Amino acid sequence: MVTKDVITQDEGRVQATWEGDVSQLRGLVSDRAMTGETMLLNMGPHHPSTHGVLRLLLELDGEELITVLPDIGFLHTGIEKSIEDKTYEKGVPLTDRMDYLAPLSNNMVFCMAIEKLVDLDVPERAQIMRVIALEFQRIASHLVWLGTQALDMGAMSVFLYAFREREKILTLFEMLSGQRMMGSYMRPGGVWRDFPEEFYTAAQAFMDDFPRRIEDYELLLKNNPIWIDRTHGIGVLEPDVGLALGVSGPALRASGVNWDIRKAEPYSGYETYDFDVPLGDHGDVYDRYRVRIAELWQSLRILQQAFERLPKEGLFRSENRKFVPPPRSELGGSMEAVIHHFKLWTEGFDAPDDEVYVSIESPRGEIGCYIHGTGGAKPRRVRFKTPSFMHIAAMPAVCGGHMIADLIGIIGSFDFTLGDADR
Amino acid sequence: MECVGLCDVVLNLGVRNQELARFLASLIGVLLVSGVPLLTVIILILAERKIAARIQDRIGPNRVGPYGLLQTVADLLKLLGKEDITPTAADRILYNAAPIISFGSVVLLWAVIPFMYWNTPEGAANAVVGVNLEIGALFFVAIASLGTLAIMTAGWASNNKYALLGAFRVVALLVSYEIPLVFALVVPVMFAGSMSLVDIVEAQSHMWFVFMAPLAAILFFISSQAETGRAPFDLIEAESELIAGFNIEYSGMKFGMFFAAEFLHVFTNGILMAVLFFGGYLGFFYKAIPPLGFLWLGLKGSLIYFVFLWLRNTVPRLRIDQVMNFNWFFLVPVSIINIMVTSLILKVMQEMGYAPTVFAESSLIGILPLTIVMLLKDAIIIGFILGRLGQEGRKARIEATHAEESLAAAAAGD
Repeated sequence: MVTKDVITQDEGRVQATWEGDVSQLRGLVSDRAMTGETMLLNMGPHHPSTHGVLRLLLELDGEELITVLPDIGFLHTGIEKSIEDKTYEKGVPLTDRMDYLAPLSNNMVFCMAIEKLVDLDVPERAQIMRVIALEFQRIASHLVWLGTQALDMGAMSVFLYAFREREKILTLFEMLSGQRMMGSYMRPGGVWRDFPEEFYTAAQAFMDDFPRRIEDYELLLKNNPIWIDRTHGIGVLEPDVGLALGVSGPALRASGVNWDIRKAEPYSGYETYDFDVPLGDHGDVYDRYRVRIAELWQSLRILQQAFERLPKEGLFRSENRKFVPPPRSELGGSMEAVIHHFKLWTEGFDAPDDEVYVSIESPRGEIGCYIHGTGGAKPRRVRFKTPSFMHIAAMPAVCGGHMIADLIGIIGSFDFTLGDADR
Repeated sequence: MECVGLCDVVLNLGVRNQELARFLASLIGVLLVSGVPLLTVIILILAERKIAARIQDRIGPNRVGPYGLLQTVADLLKLLGKEDITPTAADRILYNAAPIISFGSVVLLWAVIPFMYWNTPEGAANAVVGVNLEIGALFFVAIASLGTLAIMTAGWASNNKYALLGAFRVVALLVSYEIPLVFALVVPVMFAGSMSLVDIVEAQSHMWFVFMAPLAAILFFISSQAETGRAPFDLIEAESELIAGFNIEYSGMKFGMFFAAEFLHVFTNGILMAVLFFGGYLGFFYKAIPPLGFLWLGLKGSLIYFVFLWLRNTVPRLRIDQVMNFNWFFLVPVSIINIMVTSLILKVMQEMGYAPTVFAESSLIGILPLTIVMLLKDAIIIGFILGRLGQEGRKARIEATHAEESLAAAAAGD
């Protein structure tokens, strides 16, 4: 949409009028906007509740939404293109920056794609460790969603309560990888390093404390009449519409579609854990809230089982020295280890000229990674199929007829991050 | 200050000219009455931030000065140092006038608030008050709508679509919530038989009106929360929807004035509620040591203010149509019924001699029958409402548990 500010000099005073050429939007917005009967409003890219730099072009009749046109691309970072210029292992830190609220899921899908491409094994223990990290990541991501969704609805305190708990999880991640958010903990063949001793006690303390916290959030929101009024029947996503638009994750499950990749196409040993897939039946904002809260409980269940079966000692990364660098301790005594170390960190490992696609269940939904190798150390093409992109595409389908305040709640309930959508 | 009192003080200080003394007394009075709120707001902003921080499990401002006491001063200096922007497309005069009207209207409210007891000669008010208007309550209503006007002006003059949406909401919300506010205000006026706030306070010397009209107090509380645009009615500025709403284009001290006006308005409403329903400056030894009355008033106002804050930091925001429905289908009918029933009972009991006509000259025993009847009436109305609400709440809960059961069932069937 082309807009121009017309500034004229009139009797020594600057007079400014705004002229927008709305004719270019013909067909996208209703004809009433052409005559100025309805108001066109730019929401974003810098708006506090578009969860990043999403721009929405709204057509409003009073406060009522007629058209919602999402416009993305403001956070395009060229991550997919940059990975083409890096060896496989060096691509991992870049994936952290896509979905910055669930970096470990991005690491995971990228590493799994590499492992599938080069046929690399992941030790049993490393798989359990990955599950632990991923489920903590799911809780952390859902907590950010809970906080921001409540903040969008005007409940300020829930936001701070949720972030208080998320900080604890970030501290756990700091113990694992030395970084709070962008840890790049997952590596091809396993994880970067073993769990430190203090991680076990800190994680247990968090898991003991967390049920009480979830009950606190529920106390503030679940039966709150204002919360129910604001979320019941708002932004209903019909199951078939959701499937047609490629919506996935909690947003789709709230509509009653039983699709969780952890169950449907298990990876990393998820089939051996005992957990349920919570489903909603109305597909409105309230159901999406219920499903995500229920997922917090399920994540806790998985965590408990994973910690029970995690052996204290064992491999945390594959022993395959062609792909996984040897531990530091071996470098002093083994010439072969030095050669492997040197080769892996200067050239990287070669992957076959083949293509793979792997998808996992990120906190937001189905995240997929496609890699096309060249036979050399760098990929020809890497592409991610991200849930946020699909969710933004679903916005126009669910917003019609609602009010501007509902739009904010719907944006929050789909829980997308723009880094994930634009990459 | 009421000139009669201050005049004597000024005359005693050695000013011979009567006219000069009157002028000086007025000047001092104006400075004092407007100075109190201006100083209060500095403390209020800090207090609000600290209390909100405690509710949200944070520490709050603690960097500037001991315990962060100078935070507001630092903010003030920062705001003063900011560029003062008027958008080229804005309506210059209205745009610049709006913050002044907004803040001025709140300060004006303090003119009619009785601060403490003062034994003055015959004919003058028995209280320290800016000006003892015969129509104090009416003055309050009029000035409160002036603030609404300022917000509307700001939203319109900014020439910004978000500000305009904010202004729309103001028109809808504040104008309609004034109705239950005024209706709730009528109840203490009926009891006191006067619109002067001093008389209203005096009429409560044996029994606070909150015991005689709890329903009116609740209605006043809710509608004044809406009047100040605080959660759950904060959809005028709704930062997650309209970014800042009506004040989106304002910067520097112009924004600061809106900001301060909002904080002060909430506290002023707390003080007014203390005056109308909680006996104002009445309290232990308020006659013997008048400054103590000032303390009581501040204490009561602060407690009510705290409840405002508590509510603000707990509940989510309502949508505009829900807010309007709540007003027109709940608050307005209830307040109308309340007025009708209250006036009927009051008149009947006064005619039959069970209730005093002038409350201040009665005694605790004299007021007791009326209090009991009024309490009973309010209990019946509130019980009826709660019964209805309880049913609706149960309906919502049943639905919620139903959703939960289907969650569990779906999970088990997986």
